[in-house]
Amino acid sequence: MDLPLFLQQLLNGISLGSLYALIAIGYTMVYGIIRLINFAHGDILMVSTYFAYFGISVYALPWWLSVIIAILLTALLGILIDLGAYRPVRHAPRISALITAIGVSFLLENLGLVVFGGRPKAFYRPDFLDKTYELGGVHVFSLSIWVPLVTAFLLALVFLLLYRTRVGAAMRAVAKDMEMVQLMGIDVNRVISLAFAVGSALAAAGGIMWAMKYPQINPLMGIIPGLKAFVAAVIGGIGNIHGAVLGGLLLGITEILLVAFLPSLAGYRDAFAFVLLILILLFRPTGLAGKDTIG
Amino acid sequence: MSFFKVEHLTMKFGGLVAVSDFSLTAKEGDLIGLIGPNGAGKTTAFNMITGRLLPTEGKIYFRGKDITGTQSHIINAGGIARTFQNIRLFNDLTVLENAMIGYHGRLRSSFWEAIFRLPRYKSEEKKMRSMARELLAEVQLDNVANEKAGTLAYGQQRKLEIARALATNPRLLLLDEPVAGMNPRETGNMMDFINSIREAYALAIILIEHDMRFVMGLCEHLIVLDHGVTIATGNPAEIQNNPQVIEAYLGEPEGA
Amino acid sequence: MSDRHRREWIYKLCTYGAIVGLFAFFLQVQNQADEYQIRILNVSAIFVTLAVSYNLINGVAGQFSLGPNAFMAVGAYTTALLTLSPAEKELSFIIEPIIWPLSVLHLPFLPSLLIGGAFAALLGFIMAFPVFRVRGDYLAIVTLGFGEVIRVVANNVQSITNGPLGLKGLSEYTNLWWSWGVAVFTVFCVTRLVKSSFGRAMQAIREDEVAAAAMGINVFRHKMLAFVVHAFFAGMAGGLMAHLITTISPTLFSFFLTFNLLVIIVIGGLGSMTGSIIAAIIITYAGEWLRVVEEPMAIGPYNIPGIPGMRMVVFSIMLILVMIFARQGLMGRREFSWEWFCGFLKIGKRRG
Repeated sequence: MDLPLFLQQLLNGISLGSLYALIAIGYTMVYGIIRLINFAHGDILMVSTYFAYFGISVYALPWWLSVIIAILLTALLGILIDLGAYRPVRHAPRISALITAIGVSFLLENLGLVVFGGRPKAFYRPDFLDKTYELGGVHVFSLSIWVPLVTAFLLALVFLLLYRTRVGAAMRAVAKDMEMVQLMGIDVNRVISLAFAVGSALAAAGGIMWAMKYPQINPLMGIIPGLKAFVAAVIGGIGNIHGAVLGGLLLGITEILLVAFLPSLAGYRDAFAFVLLILILLFRPTGLAGKDTIG
Repeated sequence: MSFFKVEHLTMKFGGLVAVSDFSLTAKEGDLIGLIGPNGAGKTTAFNMITGRLLPTEGKIYFRGKDITGTQSHIINAGGIARTFQNIRLFNDLTVLENAMIGYHGRLRSSFWEAIFRLPRYKSEEKKMRSMARELLAEVQLDNVANEKAGTLAYGQQRKLEIARALATNPRLLLLDEPVAGMNPRETGNMMDFINSIREAYALAIILIEHDMRFVMGLCEHLIVLDHGVTIATGNPAEIQNNPQVIEAYLGEPEGA
Repeated sequence: MSDRHRREWIYKLCTYGAIVGLFAFFLQVQNQADEYQIRILNVSAIFVTLAVSYNLINGVAGQFSLGPNAFMAVGAYTTALLTLSPAEKELSFIIEPIIWPLSVLHLPFLPSLLIGGAFAALLGFIMAFPVFRVRGDYLAIVTLGFGEVIRVVANNVQSITNGPLGLKGLSEYTNLWWSWGVAVFTVFCVTRLVKSSFGRAMQAIREDEVAAAAMGINVFRHKMLAFVVHAFFAGMAGGLMAHLITTISPTLFSFFLTFNLLVIIVIGGLGSMTGSIIAAIIITYAGEWLRVVEEPMAIGPYNIPGIPGMRMVVFSIMLILVMIFARQGLMGRREFSWEWFCGFLKIGKRRG
């Protein structure tokens, strides 16, 4: 195995891992605050790509504008799902909330089938993301460079929000002790809505980059990235944002390297994340980074 | 060979020491009170004894065997039963079913004997049912045997929890705040009740309680914990006059 | 006392009578109804089997598993590989030849079905060790993960499963006698288990695991018991399903199947076997009726295109609404009994 190939695969791994990380943050934020596995998170991602698709291909808006609108609409979708489906079961047993989330997930997938149709649609990829550079024998796809860069930028924004704003502080406080915070007069529902908005927006960013990567979309496309990002969140210690980023990168890199260097296992690629999940829960139930709070 | 012996039990959660160097010896039939302000580590001690928590240090011996770190159900089968500070009944099961659970650990039939209702299972089930009914009659809960446990009045729930523990045929019973939230009349009844089961079942009892009158009236030996540390041991009279105990309690607001 | 005895005896008779009546009905149906009707009745029976056994682990023992599709897959593949003749197997396995003992084994339907159930139960037994180290929503995700892993494995071990091509040309052994026979047997076993001391212990674990352990119940063993029994019957149901639709492939056993089961046990009431039976039949028929909206229709000169996905939209909305407004489902945790039935019809006299 030569070095250039290794570097190339490593970059692919980091790129894939960045996407997992972006999506995983949404899981971890919501779980950290209301202890709910938002099963529909991957499907929210799917809807976001259709928002972008409609903007670009149907309404012929500039692609960057479409992406921004799609991200905003997805944030709104996240808030609405919380209001309509999750808030009514907030004080029900946790399993009821999980069942509701599974219901929302199937609802989005099948509404997608009904509204958008089952056939995959080609997704626009801007020219500058469609180039391949060669640096000393390493073939680099421009999208693979941009994805981690955009991810880093968005992560910086998230951490600014969490550590430099009042509402971010409130979010971290709610994750630590919901009742305490209610007593202090913070509007918990607003904080939860914000978590859904931010998480969904990040999922949208991740999903749109995912769509540009392949470049096509379909109503069931959210399932696999959703499940894997969830695994990433658990690996990093669910509720822990640093952990989610770490877990996402770890999962993406190991997945790519495994497939690259043990091609005979390529067919098992989608099972790999779950095997890892099972092992992690067996030996370190709190994840690698541990600690059950946001931040 | 002592009946029940706890040696240098210590429990640390991260940097926090919940219980430190806790020791206790009990003979068969003893009634020992464990008192101390909230957060003193009393329930933590119970949790270690019943296998819910693995002690950081120390040993627990029961009837000559080292039971430190053994699983809860095995400790129960060995003869230690408990109740919980915040009543933990099986709310959706009936009172009778709650009591019958206590016998399940000693069931000898296997599950397929149960599915096909083979003779051995049938006779065991019948025996469990009649024993549970007898037990409920003894504690005067037979009139609500078919009610859901969650619907009982508070005092009855406390009693049922003790009955359920008795069904497991313990030699040592751990009671975690048996009269919390009760009025003086109910407390008096509970005191009689504990005395009666203690005699009827030849039990050793260790109980945690905040109600001083209750503890002083019932227990022969007391252990006082404060911030995980044992600050005094002795009979009620000795404890009442111990300056350290008075200080520990005065430092804490009334009713905490 | 003798009065109560007599009454119990009569109720027992009623139960047997009802079962005989059910099969007499099938005898009639088999001669008169069309193939489509019989097929739906078969599917109903398979879903009754699945839902009742799934409810044992999720509703009774309170361990929220999302992996019944894994057990169905194992049961279906095992049964199918045993009933296919060596010649048929040699023909289907075109990518990689089938491995040795499987290539020559050939058994009748019933033993194949039982072995299918047994293999699923074995998987349940092995899975129990990692799965029950976690609880609640983690358990849900881990079991979901196992379901996915099994599917991926089925896709890849081509010398056993024939990979993505699946197994085709299975004999259509499943008829009303088999499907409802297994369903009745499942209901018998599971309800008897639930009403026994073991069932009480499982419910105790559902209500309060810590208290159950403190009362001498081996929590792990009882969770495992519920899980393995669930796996066994889910495996049998998988075998029945395979020999009803005669073609199986890994995609058949996706999370989608689990979702359908979840809808059934939630709507029926988590913990109520009666509810699961009723909901399994209702949902099967509802699924068939709703099929109409998914298929293109011609009304006079107009062609109305079908809307694929509409059925699942309806089911997911139902699931969400039940969770928000009627968490107890149809039956809550209540069960059917003749006593209740007589009271309902105002025949039996109530005695204090």
